[in-house]
Amino acid sequence: MAGTVNRNPGARLKRYQRGTEEPPVVKWTLITVALTFCFVFLLLPLVNVFAQALAKGWAYYWSSLTQPDSWAAIRLTLIVAGISVPLNVLFGLAAAWAVAKFEFRGKSLLITLIDLPFSVSPVVAGLMFVVLFGLQGFFGKWLDAHEIKIIFAVPGIVLATVFVTFPFVARELIPVMQAAGSEQEQAALTLGANGWQTFWHVTLPSVKWGLIYGIILCNARAMGEFGAVAVVSGHITGQTDTMPLRVEKLYNEYDAPAAFAVASLLALLALLTLGVRTLMEWREAREFERAQMTAAQP
Amino acid sequence: MGFTLCYLSAIVLIPFAGLLLRTFQLSWADFWRLATTDRAMAAYRLTFGASLIAALANALFGTLLAWVLARYEFPGRRIIDSMVDFPFALPTAVAGLTLANLFAANGWLGKYLVPLGIKGAFTPLGIVIALTFVGMPFVVRTLQPVLQNLEREVEEAAATLGAGRLRTFVSIIAPSLLPAVLTGFALAFARAIGEYGSIVFISGNLPFKTEIAPYLIVMRLEEYDYTGAIALAIVLLVFSFLLLGVINLLEQWSSRFQRKV
Repeated sequence: MAGTVNRNPGARLKRYQRGTEEPPVVKWTLITVALTFCFVFLLLPLVNVFAQALAKGWAYYWSSLTQPDSWAAIRLTLIVAGISVPLNVLFGLAAAWAVAKFEFRGKSLLITLIDLPFSVSPVVAGLMFVVLFGLQGFFGKWLDAHEIKIIFAVPGIVLATVFVTFPFVARELIPVMQAAGSEQEQAALTLGANGWQTFWHVTLPSVKWGLIYGIILCNARAMGEFGAVAVVSGHITGQTDTMPLRVEKLYNEYDAPAAFAVASLLALLALLTLGVRTLMEWREAREFERAQMTAAQP
Repeated sequence: MGFTLCYLSAIVLIPFAGLLLRTFQLSWADFWRLATTDRAMAAYRLTFGASLIAALANALFGTLLAWVLARYEFPGRRIIDSMVDFPFALPTAVAGLTLANLFAANGWLGKYLVPLGIKGAFTPLGIVIALTFVGMPFVVRTLQPVLQNLEREVEEAAATLGAGRLRTFVSIIAPSLLPAVLTGFALAFARAIGEYGSIVFISGNLPFKTEIAPYLIVMRLEEYDYTGAIALAIVLLVFSFLLLGVINLLEQWSSRFQRKV
């Protein structure tokens, strides 16, 4: 960035005359407005979550987390994320591999299809599964006859979660894999490695960070998904309530501190996600600098 | 490759096909009647109106924020830079919960705003607030790389030719930012139309007043009125696909623009 604030007035005047800086008044007004906006829309909501969660003290906070129904919701959320995230990681790897390393017809169609869940309202996504597996749905009668429950049960929640979270890993990986190119794989293959070895020792390490970030994003969304899950879950307390649904239920029962207590866990998860992301960006910037320094040395 | 296609079709294509098949079982007249009931029309108006206002607010503040983050050095800049993604990471239910609480009559902000007549909770204004929160990162994140790649030399040239700072901004900087701002605007708009989780908490969901289209779908489903829900869902789907097309065009436009610069 050109120039910092603390210079002597003469230099600042000169720079301003050069015409690529705004007058200080304009600059600081803009910064103030932006900061106020961030304060109201980012910081305040976040702080509010924790303040409200602890409004009745730590003991109440702890007891509202450990009451059986909330505890069941936490467990269910962990189970759902535990199933859908690995599935989407597998898919993300396969899809990114296919898109980045091979040329085939319909590739852009495939990319569009991968992005599709992003542009569909979560409620509509949930509805699709109800149409398929609900009692009046296509497979409804058959499932009912065989006593398999998908809608209003855990499998439906997993399916809906998989649908909404499924672009995350693939989207993070495709650019990284494309940037890495396929020369290294070809080199490994000519040296006698088989396909699996190549993947494990060459491809995977090169996309390690993209993969980790994709998994974390996917996980955050999987645990926090509300709309799609709300449609398919059936809201059976203690059985098909995930954490976000539990938050809503507690809120509707006018138990705000308990709702905020469960919400605070989800907010912590969001903070963790952001923290990892920021760390990775700093790491990348450092590596870039180091690479530039080595390049500059004779 | 095969695995990708199988998985893709199982998770995405089959549900889509199911929904479309069910839609084709409806006659056109039935579909039209179900999709355009008075209650549905009120819900569309609210959904699209609130989304539009929220996306406009995001375009304005997002541009400002991206500019400040890219151009100025001030204490806390890096923290804010990483906090911008917070609305993406925060589950929407939590966002709705905390915003509803902030703007309620006894909340931290509502305490001061409600006596002034600004009611943020259980009103259309609340919906706009929640949608602005949810869509905030889009404009900032599409604009930031463009701002960083903008060539300072062009601005210097404008200055040496005697243009004032405002004139430089209007005729040099703004045109090159426009495609990215529009892309971000469209992304925020698309996201806002489908948004459900955060709205449920803050809007109060009163039919004809603060009921958004996705919520109406859920209501129809809870009444086991599948066809009614499907008709509404198709309307939303068509709109999101149209927007997706617009976004793709905008992205092509802005990348062409970038190369030319």
